[in-house]
Amino acid sequence: MKKTWDIHGGIHPPENKSQSLQRAISNVPMPDVLILPLNQHIGASALPLVKPGDTVLKGQMIAEPNGFISAAVHAPTSGTIAAIEERPISHPSGMSAPCIVLHSDGDERWVEGPPPADYQSLSPAQLLTIIRDAGITGMGGAGFPTAVKLQPRQSIDTLIINATECEPYITADDILIRERTEDIVTGIDILAHILGRPEQILIGIEDNKAEAYEALEPLLKDTAIELVEFPTKYPSGGEKQVIQILTGQEVPSGKLPAELGIVCQNVGTVYAIFRAVCKGEPLVSRITTVTGNSCRTPGNYEVLIGTPAVHLLTAAGFDEFLCQRLILGGPMTGYTLNDLSAPVIKSTNCLLAADAAESPQQGIPQACIRCGHCAEVCPAKLLPQQLFWYARSKDYDKLAAYHLGDCIECGACSYVCPSEIPLVQYYRAAKAEIRVMEQENIAADRSRQRFEYHQERLAKAEQEKIAKREARKKAAEQAKLSAQDNENIDTEDTDVVAAALARVRSSKPSPEEEHKRLQRAVMAAESRLAKARANHELCAADDPRRASREATLEQARLRHNEAVEQLTRHTDSNDTSKEQQNHTAEIPARTQHQNQNQNQDTVALDRAQLAIEQAQQRAAQQAEMSAQEKLQLQCDSLRKRLAKARDRLKQAESDADDNIEAYATAVTKLEDKLAVRQAEVEQGLAKTPAESDS
Amino acid sequence: MALQRITSPHMHAAQTTQRVMQLLLLATVPGLIALSWHFGWGSLINIAIASVTALVCEASIVALRKRPVWFYLHDCSALVTAVLIGLALPPLVPWWVVVVGTAFAIIIAKHLYGGMGYNPFNPAMVGYVVLLISFPIEMTTWPVAQSILPEGKVLPGLGESLQIVFQFSGTAIDGYTAATPLDSFKHSSGLLVEQFYDQNVWFVNGRWAGAGWEWVNLGFFAGGCFLLYQRVFTWHAPVAMLTTLTIMAWLNYDGGSSGSHGPATLHLLSGATMLGAFFIVTDPVTSAVSNRGRLIYGALTGILIFVIRAWGNYPDAVAFAVLLMNFAAPFIDYYTLPRTYGHDKRNRGTATLDASKQDTAKKD
Repeated sequence: MKKTWDIHGGIHPPENKSQSLQRAISNVPMPDVLILPLNQHIGASALPLVKPGDTVLKGQMIAEPNGFISAAVHAPTSGTIAAIEERPISHPSGMSAPCIVLHSDGDERWVEGPPPADYQSLSPAQLLTIIRDAGITGMGGAGFPTAVKLQPRQSIDTLIINATECEPYITADDILIRERTEDIVTGIDILAHILGRPEQILIGIEDNKAEAYEALEPLLKDTAIELVEFPTKYPSGGEKQVIQILTGQEVPSGKLPAELGIVCQNVGTVYAIFRAVCKGEPLVSRITTVTGNSCRTPGNYEVLIGTPAVHLLTAAGFDEFLCQRLILGGPMTGYTLNDLSAPVIKSTNCLLAADAAESPQQGIPQACIRCGHCAEVCPAKLLPQQLFWYARSKDYDKLAAYHLGDCIECGACSYVCPSEIPLVQYYRAAKAEIRVMEQENIAADRSRQRFEYHQERLAKAEQEKIAKREARKKAAEQAKLSAQDNENIDTEDTDVVAAALARVRSSKPSPEEEHKRLQRAVMAAESRLAKARANHELCAADDPRRASREATLEQARLRHNEAVEQLTRHTDSNDTSKEQQNHTAEIPARTQHQNQNQNQDTVALDRAQLAIEQAQQRAAQQAEMSAQEKLQLQCDSLRKRLAKARDRLKQAESDADDNIEAYATAVTKLEDKLAVRQAEVEQGLAKTPAESDS
Repeated sequence: MALQRITSPHMHAAQTTQRVMQLLLLATVPGLIALSWHFGWGSLINIAIASVTALVCEASIVALRKRPVWFYLHDCSALVTAVLIGLALPPLVPWWVVVVGTAFAIIIAKHLYGGMGYNPFNPAMVGYVVLLISFPIEMTTWPVAQSILPEGKVLPGLGESLQIVFQFSGTAIDGYTAATPLDSFKHSSGLLVEQFYDQNVWFVNGRWAGAGWEWVNLGFFAGGCFLLYQRVFTWHAPVAMLTTLTIMAWLNYDGGSSGSHGPATLHLLSGATMLGAFFIVTDPVTSAVSNRGRLIYGALTGILIFVIRAWGNYPDAVAFAVLLMNFAAPFIDYYTLPRTYGHDKRNRGTATLDASKQDTAKKD
């Protein structure tokens, strides 16, 4: 006898298993309509492969897995696809979700497939493909895709078959073992084969399933499989719990059993794998317990996936008037169905139609008296009572510190609470709120990143701007140097001139671009002209629109001329060589570029020259005037220039111009200069003109 | 028919708060019988007065707080407080003492802190200590046990008891009173324990810890065992308390000199030891939550009881020890969190999110 370990806590609710064990597994009459939700598993919804109106055969894949963690859906019988639409599904929320609706033709025609091979001769990879293609998911409740669970990254030394079925009322696994014992043993052998023959293969079973134990035991005599019985206690059947009972190990928080080299599979899943591998049948049916006092013939039924709950219940003699609560799953972890048309899915192990006596109304919760029973029964060794306080005060940090995430929602704490506090409900709500908060945090992180990138981009652009400005300053200094060669220039003005020059140079598009732009303009004008001409020709002489057409034509013609003229002028001004006057002529790009650069400089220098000449003229005029008058004049002109410079600065400020700094310096310099001149003028007025002249 | 949408679990164990309280009341019966057998009608009268006071106070406060009165009354928690006060007070104490104590327990110690489940101190013990400090004479006037009354003298009957309690006539209780065994022992300086046991009426007529008193304690012990069997509370706190009390008594017992603090049997079966161990220390609201915490809580209570009995001024050690430990309960809780499944380390109440994150980060 293998040693077993005990789990912390646990409860012993009334088992109520005998009701559904009175009869053998029976079949359900074929329903007319089958509803197949695209998402019956954990992971991404399957992608439909059929469309309404298609005829399908039994076992045909009608939706394929969408990604690695996903599962296929197969037609449970032959028939016609009626629709792919939202239908109420078996879900705690009672929500609707996309489903494939199949009208059965009652013929049960199977799809042709390759005959099943001997699994011993197949490789684990081939077997995994078969399991994946059969759409098998965990049949115990959660519905995790089985093929994914069977290919862990770690090497596996222990395979655990979970036949615990600790929840009251449910007997689907029990009866499956009793009636299909050999198939289960074969299924376990297939799993062992896939996992590379693990050292230990354990079947964990509670001691309330004596018949199943006796059925299994003789078949395991010469196998590596060990049948381990342990005392009945809820929730021994949870994956983490059964691992602890059989191996004494605890699955680390937030990790998978595979970290310990353990894979755990439910008996129902094992049977589905047997069917898929040895019979070539995908997962189209399952054993479901239908029980509760509202059913006259409670028992286990082999039911097609997608069968509406009401159909299955009717087969079990459902009395709608007795039923107080319709629970999908067991009484401890199951959820209520509020739509009888919701279908049986791959993970539906029980339909419990409870009457008033079985599902007494939840009393009004009283104050927590800190009795601590909840902590005594908690299989995860949490402090449900502390969690309850923190959940009520929405202290999510504390909830995390007290490991709310490790709660398996078994319901033992709520079950024993003398104050009838719905503890699990508080934890579910808190978990959901934490999930939402985490998502919001992720979203906030993303937007923070976005903002940071944006800031970075801005900073980069700013630096580029500064670099440009530096370059411009350099150019201006160079220009200043060249301008100093000119004797008569007012040296104080040079930087302004240089700035202006630099501005002219930088703001001016390159002659090449300008040329291209003008060419485009000419071409556009030409096409407009051609269009106008055509329109004009189309118009009959007496057409009332003729006048306007004529005007348009004339306008287009004028525009065209203008454009051509501009282009020629541009070419003339740019090109020194004659062949460039023709705008269609091809010139070696480099020479043209060099020429243009020279031209550009000449143009700018011409302007500077002009300014210098003007300044010289002014200086000559001033020379003729008396010193006092000169000063006065200078003041006036300075004032004018200052006003202009200020306007420009203002303009630049409002346009957020790049050269704003240059303008600002110009303004300050002018102000300084004006101040100096004014002081001189005042001085001059105080003294005699002659003195000031000297 | 509309199907209900209700979250799991859909089953509930039969044990409700009301049932817990009723079991507790039931468990006091053996002790109450022993009390009444040995000390007369006084305890029953105490309980009756306390119950009426408690229910009236509870109802009026709940009404003042605009809560459903019946909902709060029918959980029987007020009755439990009343019964515990009634059992703890000396029989035949004047009626107003009971009323004051109970009213203080329910109104101040329970409801001003938020009512059921929120009170940091055990209401019955608060009520008791308030009385002890305010009315020391009334509170230390214990009647003698029937068995040690002089030949031919009997304890007052029901009518006479009521007259004494309600102070109608000049009937005085004086004729029936004597210091309690613990008190007598405390003031027995100069005598060896053996001599004292041979001379004192309590011990001459008693077997282990004073006539009557030992039976009262055994009665409460029986009630406690019943509650343990009914799984109303776990064994941790009472066993720890009785163990440390025994160990303390044993360690400090010097073989029976005149300065001795008394043998373990005296401490276990006298005074309010058993009432405290099974009905006061086990109060869930004011004690530690986890089993480890309860062990510590019970153990420290036991030590305190002995310390107060041996070296304190009041002989009523249980009430003070319990109140002092009520202070410590949240602190104990902080450091006795269980190790959650799948985690390497025990939880700390001081744990913050960051700490637990670091914890998991280390594991990764």
